[in-house]
Amino acid sequence: MSNLDSKIPAGPLKDKWSNHKDHMNLVSPNNRDKIDIIIVGTGLAGGSAAATLAEQGYNVKAFCYQDSPRRAHSIAAQGGINAAKNYQGDGDSTYRLFYDTIKGGDYRSREANVYRLAEVSANIIDQCVSQGVPFGRDYGGQLDNRSFGGVQVKRTFYAKGQTGQQLLLGAYSAMSRQIGKGRIKMYNRHEMMDLVIVDGKARGIIARNLVTGEIEKHSAHAVVIASGGYGNVYFLSTNAMGSNVSAAWKIHKKGAYFANPCYVQIHPTCIPVHGTQQSKLTLMSESLRNSGRIWVPKKIEDAIAIREGKKKAKDIPAEDRDYYLERRYPAFGNLVPRDVASRAAKERCDAGFGIENNDTKEGVFLDFSTEITKKGKETALEKNIHNPTDQQIYDLGKAWIEEKYGNLFVMYEKITADNPYVTPMKIYPAVHYTMGGIWVDYNLQSTIPGCFVIGEANFSDHGANRLGASALMQGLADGYFVLPYTIADYLSADIRTGAIPTDTAPFNEAAKDIQEKINFFLNNNGKYSVDHFHKKLGHIMWNKVGMARTPEGLKEAISEIEEVRKEFWKEVKVPGIADGMNSELEKAFRVADFLELGQLMAIDALNRNESCGGHFREDHATPEGEAERDDEHYKYVAAWQYEGPDINKEVMHKEDLVYENIEVKARSYK
Amino acid sequence: MSAKKSLNLTLKVWRQKNNKTKGQFEVYKISDVSTDSSFLEMLDILNENLINEGKEPVAFDHDCREGICGMCSLYINGRAHGPDTGITTCQLHMRMFKDGETITIEPWRSAAFPVIKDLVVDRSAFDRVMAAGGFISVNTSGKTTDANNILVPKEDADKAMDAAACIGCGACVATCKNGSAMLFVGAKVSQYALLPQGKIEAKRRVLNMVKAMDEEGFGNCSNTGACEVECPKGISLENIARMNREFFVASAESK
Repeated sequence: MSNLDSKIPAGPLKDKWSNHKDHMNLVSPNNRDKIDIIIVGTGLAGGSAAATLAEQGYNVKAFCYQDSPRRAHSIAAQGGINAAKNYQGDGDSTYRLFYDTIKGGDYRSREANVYRLAEVSANIIDQCVSQGVPFGRDYGGQLDNRSFGGVQVKRTFYAKGQTGQQLLLGAYSAMSRQIGKGRIKMYNRHEMMDLVIVDGKARGIIARNLVTGEIEKHSAHAVVIASGGYGNVYFLSTNAMGSNVSAAWKIHKKGAYFANPCYVQIHPTCIPVHGTQQSKLTLMSESLRNSGRIWVPKKIEDAIAIREGKKKAKDIPAEDRDYYLERRYPAFGNLVPRDVASRAAKERCDAGFGIENNDTKEGVFLDFSTEITKKGKETALEKNIHNPTDQQIYDLGKAWIEEKYGNLFVMYEKITADNPYVTPMKIYPAVHYTMGGIWVDYNLQSTIPGCFVIGEANFSDHGANRLGASALMQGLADGYFVLPYTIADYLSADIRTGAIPTDTAPFNEAAKDIQEKINFFLNNNGKYSVDHFHKKLGHIMWNKVGMARTPEGLKEAISEIEEVRKEFWKEVKVPGIADGMNSELEKAFRVADFLELGQLMAIDALNRNESCGGHFREDHATPEGEAERDDEHYKYVAAWQYEGPDINKEVMHKEDLVYENIEVKARSYK
Repeated sequence: MSAKKSLNLTLKVWRQKNNKTKGQFEVYKISDVSTDSSFLEMLDILNENLINEGKEPVAFDHDCREGICGMCSLYINGRAHGPDTGITTCQLHMRMFKDGETITIEPWRSAAFPVIKDLVVDRSAFDRVMAAGGFISVNTSGKTTDANNILVPKEDADKAMDAAACIGCGACVATCKNGSAMLFVGAKVSQYALLPQGKIEAKRRVLNMVKAMDEEGFGNCSNTGACEVECPKGISLENIARMNREFFVASAESK
């Protein structure tokens, strides 16, 4: 029997959120400065929440590990943000965005949350434009849109290839305004080390000042976790080097359930691995699939010749190219959702058609030549150039591509020393985003009272696969427009509580515990660096808990991760000091948490005997290699409860997913 | 550019325990660095070696490693973000160096950016300038106006975007002989000055941001243009000119 209460409001889907808002308790303006709120993480979710709550009059303390809130990894999102504005008049609506998101998530997300997300999406664009976010525009001065994977409308707003950056800087500006007014106290270069619970409620955190090494106690009436996803459990991912699961994992260990940890998004268009010295992977925006065609050679001997450098992409005639996404999924073609595109790339490379000359021979072409010609001809027509030469067409087409994606092409060339205007890009899937996360109810509250979780750190909106340009949407929806309402309902009971003292047993014990762990690491004198263990873990995760999973592989992963963890605690070597900057010590704490999470991911993947979204089990596939869902047995959220150091003992709670407004069917993009 | 696939290098690295002690260069040898590796991956290898030798690794700032977060810095062979243009240090690749080369690595050097440790500096002065006026004073209620009610000519929107592309890395300050932050501040002032939404409080903004910039100890601009050359995002000097115009108009009117 489940003890999870999702607190979904009653009533028709389209009225749930407005009715709920109408009946929630409020904190009146004159009481708000009696209430402190801690926010951990300053990406789109944390930054927008901090700005909004401070503006409303609460005392906000915001924490980030970077040297400024403007650095959070939301900044790296390239392509865009979805919103159901229907500015293009191509059939978009709140319902359509809701439907696409549920279907894109392979019917594994919560209807009410997703509908609310679609409902507030339009407000995000209004808000951001008012804040001065320079979205792309058309010559008439109106906002432009592009299309993204898994949808058949143009609803994606963008700021060149730097949409995440511009939205984050918008939120950071809104934060800066409140920092200037003293409404937000900003703690840069601070890491949350633990959550403090007093009388069953989240009442503060222990943080480490990453410059001085000081262990600090911070109290509040509510704690908001907005610390992002856990993709770095794979060592190599598109996440920032410092991105980590620690804040989420620490609250998990204090009682917050962790939902669907096995749902990981492998993004199809990243620059392939160059070798063993690689530290991270770089994404090439999904927006490129608007203009690029993905292919590998049809003949295996051509693939070999390309890998050996004997042939180039241009030597392969059109009839010998296998545009495998267009072949397999004619309705969506190159714009199928990410999980589908990634698996299709893996299928071709496993069959020997990969074109990259690296250890694994994994890579496919993303080719812009068709689009360059098409746009070149269109532009020539617009400019009244009759009978343009091939060179003119190419130059005009190249200029068009440059305006749309210029910075991405430069980025690609800097990394690979290859010019993508001349030769197609080489790409391969890489770990990018995690749909799983801390279980939250409709109010975004975890199973710990007073501990809220927003953005990528929670599990709520993307089901088993997230659509492109929806992460930015969810982060800002949670932070600007959802949490500020729902947290007030909770805080309304705290107007007479007064400041929470920090010189109490729960704070002192938590701080002491952290101090002891620091001492342990610095005095362990092991044989290997933190990275040594992180790479080992990443290797297991990628090979056995990656794009294609088997029960045997997952069982092996569970015991292998346990072994690595044991070895880590015995043999890890952390140099440096406690009372100063020490990046190895920071990494040690993060990797210790990844080593526990990784095991839970494998356990969750083993439990879920079906394929859905980013979770693909080879033993649950159709003969054509498509994912086979099992709605009868697995239409639920798996929320795991921590039961002590043995991760195998975690207890699963089920939240059944009920679809009242959408027909659950096989997800097809054919 | 190097034709060889792997490099052996000598590194001269600035080491400084904290902001209370004096620093000095240390010399390290490093071998078998792939030319496909990034500069920061090369430093990862150095640090792995140092850890294995029982020494403290070199502290340096970095995060996204794809040239957008602005966290990485480094003065490499006398140039901010090293010997390539239009990139950050994390995007600098080892194929830019020759086998056997000696590479000198220093932190940003500027009065307004004190060293925290080794190659890590404190750039919080930028945050304080932003808090003084780097925003549009609109509440985050979502109840503003339909986005398409605010029309912006495409040329202005594009120029605003070019200015907004600043990543706040501080290369402009580090490379300027005066330690001036005019390009950073000019970019933010310009982004908002170019947009109708930002015009409403443009005067107040430019006065407050320039005042904060001066208080933080950034130097004056003497039009050498070094900042524009080293800016990884190609932020143009036009933004400084625009800020100056905005500033003169605003100061004249506030007198």
